[in-house]
Amino acid sequence: MASLYTSTTFMDHNAHPDYKYEMDGATHEHDGINPSCGDELTLQLRIEDGVIREASFTGHGCAISQASADIMAELVTDETVEEARRLSGLFLAMIRGEELSEDDFEDLDEAAELRDISHMPARVKCAELAWRTLDGILDEDAA
Amino acid sequence: MIDTENVTCDTCAAPGGVVDASDEASRSWPRVDIEANPYKADFPLLAGNPGIAFLDSAATAQRPAAVLEAQTRFYETMNANPLRGLYSLSVEATEAIARVRAQVARVIGAPSALDVVFTRNTSESLNLVAKSFAPTVLEPGDEIAITIMEHHSNLIPWQQAAASAGATLVYLYPTKTGELTDDEIASKVGERTKIVATTQVSNVLGVEVPVAKLGRAVHAHGGYLVVDGAQSVPHMPVDVEAIGADFFAFSAHKALGPMGIGVLWGRHELLEQMPPMLTGGEMIDSVSEQGAVWAPVPEKFEAGTQDAAGIYATGAALDYLVNQVGYEAIQAREQALVHHLMGEITQLPFVDVIGSIYWDRHHGVVSFNVRGIHPHDVASIMDMDGVCIRAGHHCAQPLLTWLGVENLACCRASVAFYNDKHDIDAFIAGLKRVWSTFNG
Repeated sequence: MASLYTSTTFMDHNAHPDYKYEMDGATHEHDGINPSCGDELTLQLRIEDGVIREASFTGHGCAISQASADIMAELVTDETVEEARRLSGLFLAMIRGEELSEDDFEDLDEAAELRDISHMPARVKCAELAWRTLDGILDEDAA
Repeated sequence: MIDTENVTCDTCAAPGGVVDASDEASRSWPRVDIEANPYKADFPLLAGNPGIAFLDSAATAQRPAAVLEAQTRFYETMNANPLRGLYSLSVEATEAIARVRAQVARVIGAPSALDVVFTRNTSESLNLVAKSFAPTVLEPGDEIAITIMEHHSNLIPWQQAAASAGATLVYLYPTKTGELTDDEIASKVGERTKIVATTQVSNVLGVEVPVAKLGRAVHAHGGYLVVDGAQSVPHMPVDVEAIGADFFAFSAHKALGPMGIGVLWGRHELLEQMPPMLTGGEMIDSVSEQGAVWAPVPEKFEAGTQDAAGIYATGAALDYLVNQVGYEAIQAREQALVHHLMGEITQLPFVDVIGSIYWDRHHGVVSFNVRGIHPHDVASIMDMDGVCIRAGHHCAQPLLTWLGVENLACCRASVAFYNDKHDIDAFIAGLKRVWSTFNG
């Protein structure tokens, strides 16, 4: 549990979120809210030909929700919608404490830093916020 | 038991706290030896987990072994459904509940045990008043006045009561440190005010509300005073007659008792005029095909089988609180703990205390934020060191909105007499660790 807040990657994404900005020319936008923490997030995507060309977010919240959103935006940029959906599925499975393979962790890249959240049930919703918001967009897009 | 080392400046201003013109610094505090802890051994959870600094008693208290044993003793020695049985076990269970009713009445200064109603918690007690009593007195255009400091359980029921009666919900606003001025009371409590509902101690700011003053103001216009005692009964002597309450509610679980037992005391004639909120078993005198005659107060409000073991254990909790430890010792020790906590926390330049900077305004409760760090991150990092604090909106969103607290969330440390100096020191060390985690 101690490793999350001492992870340089995690703390860097919180302190300097590269993907936290309002996007010009977004094709998709979705709001996410975590009432227990008061985390609020707006996720914007620019999807072209089934590929996420740009991802960004705005909003405010705890370090876990912010860092998780920034890591996710970086991870899904230049990925296809299907791949983003798969990665989101992996991430949410990891947060719920399900067994993941070494390959899965590798695919999640920096997002794997958040695996300790599975031992912090009170914070699961914080970590999930951006990813659930992403799912909301992708589901909407598919419909 | 004099703690000469525990001396910090009473009057130095906190970097982040609010200084209000109406505040006067208190010059003295009880010299209690908070290094020693004569109570911890009585609390199995605390004794069994020496690494834990439990600073969330405003959410729920820890329980002494005497309470846990009482709960078991009920089932082992007197278990039977109270009220209805004609055999001696059931009679014994019935008498056990009656004894606790009388005990509750003594603790809160109620003239009659029969006006003590057992509910599940403070929320249910206050809902009973708002749903059953309020409609008997409210007319369209009337006003219900509450303070902005109310816990949601003394707020939402009044929103509902006002809406269904066509009445208006009016808010009393204190100074930013939580002091209700006479002018504010005079301008908000008037001819149209039928009900003033107020907490006795704020669960966020820790301030004591001048409930007796509010009672005099509303009674002057023929209205009624409802007091939420959830945060007062565990920490200070209460006398419902002296404060002029018409209704008084509290929960056992914040006062060392089991979860799931609440109390509503009301003036007898008011309880008489109220219809029951729940109907069914054990609350009737007689039932016909098309109607029923209610049992007298308090059974009228206690439909269904009560948590008799919980009520019995509540008796053990009140006995421990009031007779074994005693309010005098509780107040002295808790004040010494808060004095130490406030003396330390106001030295931290990165912490903003919410409410008064003066220790004696905080009745066991100190809310704060660490600059630039979300309260939930603060609580998670403190948890790594075994320090248990609350983070969130504390069921007081309108208050946090009014105070302008960022994210509508803050941290809260709350003490009880079973805490000691080590708990406070672990908390302060935890705050320093939080800061260095985020700021290198």
